[in-house]
Amino acid sequence: MTADILPRRPRPASVTGTDVTGIGAADTVRKAAMTQSADTAPETGAPLPQFPMRRTCPFSEPREYAEMRADHPVSRAALKVNGKPTWLVTRHEHVRQVLGDSRVSSNLKLPGYPHQFHIPEEMLAQVRLMMLNLDPPEHSAQRRMLIPEFTARRVKEMRPRIQQIVDEHVDAMLAAGGPVDLVTALALPVPSLVICELLGVPYEDHARFEEWSAAMMNHDLSPAEYGAAVQALDMYLDKLVTLKENEPGDDLISRFLEKNRTERIADHVDVVTMARLMLVGGHETTANMIALGVLALLRHPGQMAELQADPTLLPGAVEELLRVFSISDSGTARVAVEDIEVGGVTIRAGEGILALNNAADHDESVFPDPDTLDIRRKEARSHLAFGYGIHQCIGANLARAELEAVYGTLLRRIPGLRLAAAPEELRFKDDAMVYGVYELPVTW
Amino acid sequence: MRVTAERDRCVGSGQCALLSPEVFDQDDDGLVVVLREEPAEELRGEVFQAADLCPARSIRVHG
Repeated sequence: MTADILPRRPRPASVTGTDVTGIGAADTVRKAAMTQSADTAPETGAPLPQFPMRRTCPFSEPREYAEMRADHPVSRAALKVNGKPTWLVTRHEHVRQVLGDSRVSSNLKLPGYPHQFHIPEEMLAQVRLMMLNLDPPEHSAQRRMLIPEFTARRVKEMRPRIQQIVDEHVDAMLAAGGPVDLVTALALPVPSLVICELLGVPYEDHARFEEWSAAMMNHDLSPAEYGAAVQALDMYLDKLVTLKENEPGDDLISRFLEKNRTERIADHVDVVTMARLMLVGGHETTANMIALGVLALLRHPGQMAELQADPTLLPGAVEELLRVFSISDSGTARVAVEDIEVGGVTIRAGEGILALNNAADHDESVFPDPDTLDIRRKEARSHLAFGYGIHQCIGANLARAELEAVYGTLLRRIPGLRLAAAPEELRFKDDAMVYGVYELPVTW
Repeated sequence: MRVTAERDRCVGSGQCALLSPEVFDQDDDGLVVVLREEPAEELRGEVFQAADLCPARSIRVHG
Protein backbone atom coordinates (compact mmCIF):
# COMPACT_ATOMS: atom_id res chain seq x y z
CA MET A 1 0.00 0.00 0.00
CA THR A 2 1.40 3.41 -0.87
CA ALA A 3 0.94 6.66 0.95
CA ASP A 4 -1.02 8.35 -1.81
CA ILE A 5 -3.97 6.00 -1.65
CA LEU A 6 -4.46 6.55 2.07
CA PRO A 7 -7.01 9.16 3.12
CA ARG A 8 -5.44 12.49 3.90
CA ARG A 9 -5.73 13.66 7.47
CA PRO A 10 -6.17 17.19 8.69
CA ARG A 11 -3.23 18.65 10.53
CA PRO A 12 -3.33 18.49 14.32
CA ALA A 13 -4.95 21.50 15.87
CA SER A 14 -2.54 24.14 17.08
CA VAL A 15 -3.51 25.20 20.53
CA THR A 16 -1.69 26.49 23.58
CA GLY A 17 1.74 25.51 24.78
CA THR A 18 2.32 22.64 27.15
CA ASP A 19 5.60 20.87 27.39
CA VAL A 20 8.49 23.17 26.71
CA THR A 21 11.53 21.98 28.54
CA GLY A 22 13.88 24.13 26.49
CA ILE A 23 16.86 21.86 26.90
CA GLY A 24 19.46 22.59 24.25
CA ALA A 25 17.14 22.05 21.28
CA ALA A 26 17.02 23.74 17.93
CA ASP A 27 14.68 26.72 17.82
CA THR A 28 12.40 25.16 15.24
CA VAL A 29 11.87 22.17 17.47
CA ARG A 30 11.17 24.27 20.53
CA LYS A 31 8.63 26.48 18.77
CA ALA A 32 6.80 23.54 17.27
CA ALA A 33 6.57 21.79 20.62
CA MET A 34 4.74 24.79 21.97
CA THR A 35 1.85 24.23 19.64
CA GLN A 36 0.95 20.76 20.85
CA SER A 37 -2.16 19.90 22.75
CA ALA A 38 -3.38 16.62 24.11
CA ASP A 39 -7.05 17.52 24.21
CA THR A 40 -8.75 15.78 21.34
CA ALA A 41 -7.93 13.69 18.34
CA PRO A 42 -8.27 15.63 15.10
CA GLU A 43 -8.99 12.30 13.40
CA THR A 44 -12.16 11.64 15.37
CA GLY A 45 -12.83 14.65 17.59
CA ALA A 46 -12.96 12.24 20.54
CA PRO A 47 -10.71 12.46 23.61
CA LEU A 48 -7.30 11.06 22.82
CA PRO A 49 -6.76 7.40 23.66
CA GLN A 50 -4.23 6.76 26.41
CA PHE A 51 -0.86 5.17 25.77
CA PRO A 52 0.40 2.56 26.63
CA MET A 53 -2.47 0.24 25.82
CA ARG A 54 -2.59 -3.20 27.40
CA ARG A 55 -2.31 -6.55 25.68
CA THR A 56 -5.43 -8.49 26.61
CA CYS A 57 -3.93 -11.68 25.21
CA PRO A 58 -0.22 -12.32 25.76
CA PHE A 59 0.07 -13.75 22.22
CA SER A 60 -1.35 -10.72 20.49
CA GLU A 61 -1.21 -6.96 20.32
CA PRO A 62 -3.41 -4.55 22.31
CA ARG A 63 -6.87 -4.70 20.76
CA GLU A 64 -6.83 -1.00 19.84
CA TYR A 65 -3.93 -1.47 17.44
CA ALA A 66 -5.90 -3.36 14.76
CA GLU A 67 -8.55 -0.68 14.78
CA MET A 68 -5.96 2.08 14.44
CA ARG A 69 -4.19 0.26 11.62
CA ALA A 70 -7.44 -0.01 9.70
CA ASP A 71 -9.02 3.40 10.37
CA HIS A 72 -6.39 5.89 11.41
CA PRO A 73 -2.95 4.29 11.10
CA VAL A 74 -1.12 7.47 12.05
CA SER A 75 -3.03 8.99 14.92
CA ARG A 76 -2.57 10.76 18.20
CA ALA A 77 -2.68 9.52 21.77
CA ALA A 78 -1.99 10.98 25.20
CA LEU A 79 0.89 9.53 27.20
CA LYS A 80 -0.42 8.11 30.47
CA VAL A 81 2.66 9.24 32.36
CA ASN A 82 2.18 12.97 31.70
CA GLY A 83 -0.88 13.49 29.48
CA LYS A 84 1.26 14.87 26.66
CA PRO A 85 0.37 14.04 23.07
CA THR A 86 2.27 11.69 20.82
CA TRP A 87 1.74 10.23 17.38
CA LEU A 88 1.20 6.49 17.18
CA VAL A 89 2.31 4.82 13.95
CA THR A 90 0.82 1.37 13.46
CA ARG A 91 1.34 0.07 9.91
CA HIS A 92 4.45 -1.91 8.99
CA GLU A 93 5.22 0.31 6.01
CA HIS A 94 4.90 3.51 8.05
CA VAL A 95 6.89 2.21 11.02
CA ARG A 96 9.76 1.40 8.64
CA GLN A 97 9.39 4.77 6.99
CA VAL A 98 9.59 6.68 10.29
CA LEU A 99 12.47 4.63 11.70
CA GLY A 100 14.40 5.03 8.45
CA ASP A 101 13.88 8.79 8.23
CA SER A 102 16.85 11.02 9.09
CA ARG A 103 14.42 13.86 9.89
CA VAL A 104 13.41 12.15 13.12
CA SER A 105 15.57 12.19 16.23
CA SER A 106 16.00 9.73 19.08
CA ASN A 107 17.20 12.42 21.46
CA LEU A 108 15.13 12.22 24.61
CA LYS A 109 16.20 15.69 25.65
CA LEU A 110 14.32 17.31 22.78
CA PRO A 111 10.98 18.87 23.69
CA GLY A 112 8.17 16.74 22.34
CA TYR A 113 10.05 13.45 22.78
CA PRO A 114 7.40 10.97 23.97
CA HIS A 115 8.64 9.95 27.41
CA GLN A 116 7.08 6.87 28.94
CA PHE A 117 8.62 7.44 32.35
CA HIS A 118 8.40 10.53 34.42
CA ILE A 119 11.88 12.02 34.33
CA PRO A 120 12.24 15.30 36.24
CA GLU A 121 13.67 18.10 34.08
CA GLU A 122 16.76 18.53 36.22
CA MET A 123 17.52 14.83 35.86
CA LEU A 124 16.91 14.99 32.11
CA ALA A 125 19.29 17.90 31.77
CA GLN A 126 22.06 15.93 33.45
CA VAL A 127 21.54 12.54 31.88
CA ARG A 128 24.20 11.29 29.48
CA LEU A 129 22.59 10.02 26.30
CA MET A 130 22.84 6.32 25.59
CA MET A 131 23.70 5.26 22.05
CA LEU A 132 20.05 4.52 21.34
CA ASN A 133 19.21 8.16 22.09
CA LEU A 134 22.03 9.63 20.01
CA ASP A 135 21.62 10.92 16.46
CA PRO A 136 24.28 10.85 13.76
CA PRO A 137 27.14 11.65 13.68
CA GLU A 138 27.66 10.85 17.42
CA HIS A 139 25.53 7.73 17.10
CA SER A 140 27.43 6.45 14.06
CA ALA A 141 30.80 6.96 15.77
CA GLN A 142 29.81 4.91 18.80
CA ARG A 143 27.98 2.23 16.84
CA ARG A 144 30.95 1.75 14.49
CA MET A 145 33.10 0.96 17.52
CA LEU A 146 30.67 -1.76 18.61
CA ILE A 147 29.59 -3.34 15.31
CA PRO A 148 32.60 -5.70 15.09
CA GLU A 149 31.53 -7.28 18.40
CA PHE A 150 28.22 -8.46 16.95
CA THR A 151 28.88 -9.53 13.36
CA ALA A 152 27.33 -12.73 12.04
CA ARG A 153 30.78 -14.36 12.23
CA ARG A 154 31.47 -13.28 15.81
CA VAL A 155 28.09 -14.51 16.94
CA LYS A 156 28.74 -17.84 15.22
CA GLU A 157 31.97 -18.10 17.20
CA MET A 158 30.04 -17.50 20.42
CA ARG A 159 27.57 -20.30 19.73
CA PRO A 160 29.54 -23.18 21.31
CA ARG A 161 29.94 -21.26 24.57
CA ILE A 162 26.26 -20.26 24.53
CA GLN A 163 25.35 -23.93 24.06
CA GLN A 164 27.58 -24.89 26.97
CA ILE A 165 25.91 -22.32 29.23
CA VAL A 166 22.46 -23.54 28.21
CA ASP A 167 23.43 -27.18 28.79
CA GLU A 168 24.80 -26.45 32.26
CA HIS A 169 21.53 -24.80 33.25
CA VAL A 170 19.42 -27.57 31.77
CA ASP A 171 21.61 -30.10 33.63
CA ALA A 172 20.86 -28.23 36.84
CA MET A 173 17.13 -28.21 36.10
CA LEU A 174 17.13 -31.95 35.45
CA ALA A 175 19.15 -32.63 38.58
CA ALA A 176 16.82 -30.52 40.74
CA GLY A 177 13.66 -32.02 39.23
CA GLY A 178 10.42 -30.20 38.48
CA PRO A 179 8.59 -28.03 39.06
CA VAL A 180 10.98 -25.11 38.57
CA ASP A 181 10.50 -21.49 37.61
CA LEU A 182 11.94 -21.33 34.12
CA VAL A 183 12.60 -17.59 34.45
CA THR A 184 15.05 -17.98 37.33
CA ALA A 185 16.38 -21.40 36.28
CA LEU A 186 17.13 -20.60 32.63
CA ALA A 187 15.60 -17.51 31.02
CA LEU A 188 17.47 -14.95 33.12
CA PRO A 189 20.80 -16.63 33.84
CA VAL A 190 21.61 -17.67 30.26
CA PRO A 191 21.55 -14.22 28.61
CA SER A 192 22.93 -12.69 31.78
CA LEU A 193 25.98 -14.96 31.70
CA VAL A 194 26.44 -14.50 27.97
CA ILE A 195 26.44 -10.70 28.16
CA CYS A 196 28.60 -10.70 31.30
CA GLU A 197 31.27 -12.78 29.57
CA LEU A 198 31.11 -10.60 26.46
CA LEU A 199 31.38 -7.35 28.42
CA GLY A 200 33.79 -8.63 31.04
CA VAL A 201 31.39 -8.11 33.94
CA PRO A 202 31.89 -10.55 36.87
CA TYR A 203 28.83 -12.82 36.89
CA GLU A 204 28.91 -13.16 40.67
CA ASP A 205 27.46 -9.63 40.76
CA HIS A 206 24.47 -10.62 38.62
CA ALA A 207 21.83 -10.51 41.36
CA ARG A 208 22.55 -6.83 41.90
CA PHE A 209 22.50 -5.65 38.31
CA GLU A 210 19.54 -7.83 37.41
CA GLU A 211 17.56 -6.09 40.14
CA TRP A 212 18.65 -2.64 38.95
CA SER A 213 17.97 -3.34 35.32
CA ALA A 214 14.55 -4.86 36.03
CA ALA A 215 13.73 -1.69 37.98
CA MET A 216 14.78 0.46 35.04
CA MET A 217 12.21 -1.26 32.82
CA ASN A 218 9.28 -0.68 35.17
CA HIS A 219 6.76 2.00 34.12
CA ASP A 220 5.34 2.28 37.63
CA LEU A 221 8.47 3.28 39.51
CA SER A 222 8.73 6.77 40.95
CA PRO A 223 11.37 9.05 39.41
CA ALA A 224 13.37 8.70 42.63
CA GLU A 225 13.32 4.89 42.44
CA TYR A 226 14.18 4.94 38.75
CA GLY A 227 17.01 7.39 39.35
CA ALA A 228 18.33 5.30 42.22
CA ALA A 229 18.46 2.17 40.06
CA VAL A 230 20.32 3.97 37.26
CA GLN A 231 22.70 5.54 39.74
CA ALA A 232 23.45 2.27 41.52
CA LEU A 233 24.20 0.50 38.26
CA ASP A 234 26.32 3.40 37.01
CA MET A 235 28.36 3.46 40.22
CA TYR A 236 28.99 -0.25 39.83
CA LEU A 237 29.97 0.11 36.18
CA ASP A 238 32.04 3.21 36.90
CA LYS A 239 34.32 1.13 39.12
CA LEU A 240 34.44 -1.67 36.60
CA VAL A 241 35.35 0.64 33.70
CA THR A 242 38.06 2.27 35.82
CA LEU A 243 39.45 -1.18 36.56
CA LYS A 244 39.55 -2.02 32.85
CA GLU A 245 41.16 1.29 32.01
CA ASN A 246 44.06 0.19 34.20
CA GLU A 247 43.97 -3.56 33.60
CA PRO A 248 42.41 -4.37 30.24
CA GLY A 249 40.94 -7.83 29.74
CA ASP A 250 39.74 -9.79 26.72
CA ASP A 251 36.28 -8.29 26.63
CA LEU A 252 34.06 -5.76 24.87
CA ILE A 253 34.56 -2.93 27.36
CA SER A 254 38.36 -3.29 27.23
CA ARG A 255 38.34 -3.42 23.43
CA PHE A 256 36.11 -0.33 23.32
CA LEU A 257 38.54 1.49 25.62
CA GLU A 258 41.49 0.40 23.49
CA LYS A 259 39.91 1.68 20.25
CA ASN A 260 38.86 4.84 22.00
CA ARG A 261 42.49 5.64 22.73
CA THR A 262 42.93 6.42 19.05
CA GLU A 263 39.36 7.33 18.04
CA ARG A 264 38.71 9.53 21.08
CA ILE A 265 34.94 9.62 20.71
CA ALA A 266 33.94 8.80 24.27
CA ASP A 267 34.87 9.98 27.75
CA HIS A 268 34.71 7.84 30.88
CA VAL A 269 31.01 8.58 31.48
CA ASP A 270 30.21 7.68 27.87
CA VAL A 271 31.88 4.30 28.35
CA VAL A 272 29.92 3.68 31.57
CA THR A 273 26.72 4.64 29.76
CA MET A 274 27.58 2.34 26.85
CA ALA A 275 28.28 -0.52 29.26
CA ARG A 276 24.94 0.06 30.98
CA LEU A 277 23.10 -0.05 27.66
CA MET A 278 24.83 -3.29 26.62
CA LEU A 279 24.29 -4.93 30.01
CA VAL A 280 20.61 -4.01 30.39
CA GLY A 281 19.78 -4.41 26.71
CA GLY A 282 21.67 -7.67 26.56
CA HIS A 283 19.83 -9.71 29.12
CA GLU A 284 16.44 -8.29 30.08
CA THR A 285 15.00 -8.49 26.56
CA THR A 286 16.40 -11.92 25.74
CA ALA A 287 15.28 -13.27 29.11
CA ASN A 288 11.72 -12.18 28.43
CA MET A 289 11.76 -13.71 24.96
CA ILE A 290 13.05 -17.02 26.30
CA ALA A 291 10.23 -17.35 28.81
CA LEU A 292 7.49 -16.11 26.49
CA GLY A 293 8.73 -18.25 23.61
CA VAL A 294 8.72 -21.38 25.73
CA LEU A 295 5.23 -20.55 26.95
CA ALA A 296 4.04 -20.06 23.36
CA LEU A 297 5.45 -23.43 22.32
CA LEU A 298 3.88 -25.17 25.32
CA ARG A 299 0.53 -23.63 24.35
CA HIS A 300 0.93 -24.82 20.73
CA PRO A 301 1.84 -28.49 21.23
CA GLY A 302 1.36 -29.37 17.56
CA GLN A 303 3.99 -26.89 16.46
CA MET A 304 6.22 -27.84 19.38
CA ALA A 305 6.13 -31.45 18.16
CA GLU A 306 6.99 -30.32 14.63
CA LEU A 307 9.99 -28.43 15.95
CA GLN A 308 11.10 -31.44 17.98
CA ALA A 309 10.89 -33.61 14.90
CA ASP A 310 12.67 -31.14 12.63
CA PRO A 311 15.17 -28.77 14.32
CA THR A 312 15.89 -27.08 10.96
CA LEU A 313 12.60 -25.24 11.57
CA LEU A 314 14.17 -23.56 14.59
CA PRO A 315 15.54 -20.34 13.01
CA GLY A 316 12.16 -19.64 11.41
CA ALA A 317 10.36 -20.41 14.68
CA VAL A 318 12.60 -17.89 16.48
CA GLU A 319 11.66 -15.18 13.97
CA GLU A 320 7.96 -15.99 14.32
CA LEU A 321 8.15 -15.87 18.13
CA LEU A 322 9.98 -12.55 17.95
CA ARG A 323 7.24 -11.27 15.66
CA VAL A 324 4.29 -12.48 17.70
CA PHE A 325 5.54 -10.95 20.96
CA SER A 326 7.44 -7.89 19.70
CA ILE A 327 8.26 -7.32 23.35
CA SER A 328 9.85 -3.91 22.98
CA ASP A 329 6.81 -2.42 21.26
CA SER A 330 7.26 1.23 22.18
CA GLY A 331 11.04 1.25 22.57
CA THR A 332 11.15 3.03 19.21
CA ALA A 333 10.32 6.55 20.41
CA ARG A 334 11.26 9.47 18.19
CA VAL A 335 10.68 13.18 17.76
CA ALA A 336 10.39 14.88 14.38
CA VAL A 337 13.02 17.57 13.80
CA GLU A 338 11.45 18.64 10.51
CA ASP A 339 7.90 18.34 9.24
CA ILE A 340 7.42 14.87 7.78
CA GLU A 341 4.50 13.22 6.04
CA VAL A 342 3.55 9.70 7.05
CA GLY A 343 0.59 8.00 5.43
CA GLY A 344 -0.85 11.34 4.32
CA VAL A 345 -0.56 12.84 7.81
CA THR A 346 1.79 15.73 8.47
CA ILE A 347 3.83 15.29 11.62
CA ARG A 348 5.23 18.66 12.60
CA ALA A 349 8.77 19.33 13.75
CA GLY A 350 8.87 18.94 17.52
CA GLU A 351 6.09 16.36 17.74
CA GLY A 352 6.70 12.99 19.36
CA ILE A 353 6.26 9.69 17.55
CA LEU A 354 5.95 6.13 18.79
CA ALA A 355 6.54 3.76 15.88
CA LEU A 356 4.86 0.71 17.39
CA ASN A 357 6.62 -2.42 16.28
CA ASN A 358 4.07 -4.76 17.83
CA ALA A 359 1.40 -3.05 15.72
CA ALA A 360 3.63 -3.29 12.63
CA ASP A 361 4.28 -6.96 13.32
CA HIS A 362 0.55 -7.69 13.35
CA ASP A 363 -0.10 -5.79 10.12
CA GLU A 364 -2.33 -8.13 8.09
CA SER A 365 -1.00 -6.73 4.81
CA VAL A 366 2.43 -8.17 5.61
CA PHE A 367 1.59 -11.05 7.96
CA PRO A 368 -1.70 -12.73 6.97
CA ASP A 369 -3.68 -13.98 9.97
CA PRO A 370 -1.25 -12.13 12.26
CA ASP A 371 -2.57 -13.42 15.58
CA THR A 372 -1.83 -17.01 14.62
CA LEU A 373 1.55 -18.38 15.60
CA ASP A 374 2.95 -20.20 12.59
CA ILE A 375 6.55 -21.38 12.90
CA ARG A 376 6.61 -21.99 9.13
CA ARG A 377 5.49 -18.48 8.26
CA LYS A 378 7.57 -17.41 5.24
CA GLU A 379 7.50 -13.68 5.87
CA ALA A 380 8.26 -13.88 9.63
CA ARG A 381 11.72 -12.41 9.15
CA SER A 382 10.19 -9.12 8.03
CA HIS A 383 9.25 -8.41 11.64
CA LEU A 384 10.43 -5.22 13.29
CA ALA A 385 10.82 -6.64 16.80
CA PHE A 386 14.46 -5.48 16.80
CA GLY A 387 13.45 -2.10 15.40
CA TYR A 388 14.55 -0.77 12.04
CA GLY A 389 16.89 1.90 10.76
CA ILE A 390 20.19 2.99 12.22
CA HIS A 391 19.16 2.07 15.78
CA GLN A 392 18.11 -1.49 15.05
CA CYS A 393 19.20 -3.71 17.95
CA ILE A 394 22.93 -4.23 17.60
CA GLY A 395 22.68 -7.53 19.48
CA ALA A 396 19.94 -9.00 17.31
CA ASN A 397 22.04 -11.86 15.95
CA LEU A 398 23.33 -12.69 19.42
CA ALA A 399 19.75 -12.76 20.71
CA ARG A 400 18.77 -15.08 17.83
CA ALA A 401 21.64 -17.42 18.67
CA GLU A 402 20.64 -17.53 22.35
CA LEU A 403 16.98 -18.15 21.57
CA GLU A 404 17.82 -20.96 19.14
CA ALA A 405 20.12 -22.57 21.70
CA VAL A 406 17.59 -22.38 24.52
CA TYR A 407 14.48 -23.48 22.61
CA GLY A 408 16.38 -26.18 20.74
CA THR A 409 18.01 -27.61 23.86
CA LEU A 410 14.80 -27.65 25.89
CA LEU A 411 12.91 -29.44 23.13
CA ARG A 412 15.69 -32.00 22.72
CA ARG A 413 16.62 -32.64 26.32
CA ILE A 414 13.30 -32.16 28.11
CA PRO A 415 10.76 -33.35 25.53
CA GLY A 416 8.11 -33.81 28.22
CA LEU A 417 8.26 -30.18 29.31
CA ARG A 418 4.89 -28.82 30.42
CA LEU A 419 3.39 -25.92 32.28
CA ALA A 420 3.16 -26.43 36.06
CA ALA A 421 0.59 -23.67 36.62
CA ALA A 422 -2.78 -22.82 35.19
CA PRO A 423 -2.26 -20.40 32.28
CA GLU A 424 -4.61 -17.87 33.90
CA GLU A 425 -2.37 -17.75 36.98
CA LEU A 426 0.62 -16.42 35.04
CA ARG A 427 1.43 -12.76 35.63
CA PHE A 428 2.58 -10.78 32.62
CA LYS A 429 4.67 -7.60 32.60
CA ASP A 430 1.89 -5.22 31.63
CA ASP A 431 3.60 -2.54 33.72
CA ALA A 432 6.97 -2.70 32.01
CA MET A 433 8.61 -1.17 28.94
CA VAL A 434 9.57 -4.65 27.81
CA TYR A 435 6.87 -7.31 27.83
CA GLY A 436 7.43 -10.61 29.55
CA VAL A 437 6.17 -13.06 32.14
CA TYR A 438 7.27 -12.75 35.77
CA GLU A 439 7.39 -16.47 36.50
CA LEU A 440 6.96 -19.54 34.36
CA PRO A 441 6.53 -22.69 36.47
CA VAL A 442 7.32 -25.78 34.40
CA THR A 443 7.76 -29.46 35.07
CA TRP A 444 8.34 -32.66 33.03
CA MET B 1 21.25 -8.23 -11.80
CA ARG B 2 23.92 -5.98 -10.32
CA VAL B 3 24.36 -5.45 -6.57
CA THR B 4 25.89 -2.44 -4.85
CA ALA B 5 26.12 -1.47 -1.19
CA GLU B 6 26.83 1.86 0.44
CA ARG B 7 29.22 1.20 3.28
CA ASP B 8 28.72 4.69 4.66
CA ARG B 9 25.13 3.84 5.45
CA CYS B 10 25.76 0.31 6.79
CA VAL B 11 24.93 -0.24 10.47
CA GLY B 12 26.32 -3.76 10.62
CA SER B 13 23.12 -5.71 11.21
CA GLY B 14 24.61 -8.64 9.30
CA GLN B 15 21.23 -9.65 7.88
CA CYS B 16 22.63 -9.66 4.33
CA ALA B 17 25.56 -11.89 5.27
CA LEU B 18 23.19 -14.33 6.96
CA LEU B 19 20.55 -14.34 4.23
CA SER B 20 22.81 -14.39 1.21
CA PRO B 21 26.32 -15.44 2.25
CA GLU B 22 27.51 -16.00 -1.33
CA VAL B 23 26.82 -12.38 -2.21
CA PHE B 24 27.43 -10.46 1.03
CA ASP B 25 29.90 -10.56 3.88
CA GLN B 26 30.97 -8.32 6.76
CA ASP B 27 34.58 -7.19 6.95
CA ASP B 28 36.63 -6.81 10.17
CA ASP B 29 34.83 -3.55 10.88
CA GLY B 30 31.53 -5.41 10.58
CA LEU B 31 30.50 -3.42 7.52
CA VAL B 32 28.97 -4.83 4.36
CA VAL B 33 31.15 -6.19 1.59
CA VAL B 34 29.66 -7.27 -1.74
CA LEU B 35 31.38 -10.51 -2.71
CA ARG B 36 29.67 -10.88 -6.07
CA GLU B 37 28.50 -7.77 -7.83
CA GLU B 38 26.73 -9.77 -10.51
CA PRO B 39 25.31 -12.80 -8.71
CA ALA B 40 23.68 -15.72 -10.43
CA GLU B 41 20.03 -15.31 -11.30
CA GLU B 42 18.94 -18.09 -8.92
CA LEU B 43 20.10 -15.93 -5.99
CA ARG B 44 17.68 -13.14 -6.93
CA GLY B 45 15.19 -14.06 -4.20
CA GLU B 46 17.65 -14.00 -1.32
CA VAL B 47 19.44 -10.90 -2.65
CA PHE B 48 16.14 -9.01 -2.79
CA GLN B 49 15.28 -10.19 0.70
CA ALA B 50 18.66 -9.01 1.96
CA ALA B 51 18.08 -5.61 0.37
CA ASP B 52 14.56 -5.39 1.77
CA LEU B 53 15.56 -6.36 5.31
CA CYS B 54 18.64 -4.14 5.47
CA PRO B 55 17.73 -1.70 8.27
CA ALA B 56 19.95 1.00 6.80
CA ARG B 57 18.75 0.56 3.22
CA SER B 58 22.33 0.39 2.10
CA ILE B 59 21.88 -2.36 -0.51
CA ARG B 60 20.76 -1.61 -4.06
CA VAL B 61 19.82 -4.19 -6.65
CA HIS B 62 19.85 -2.98 -10.24
CA GLY B 63 18.13 -4.91 -13.01
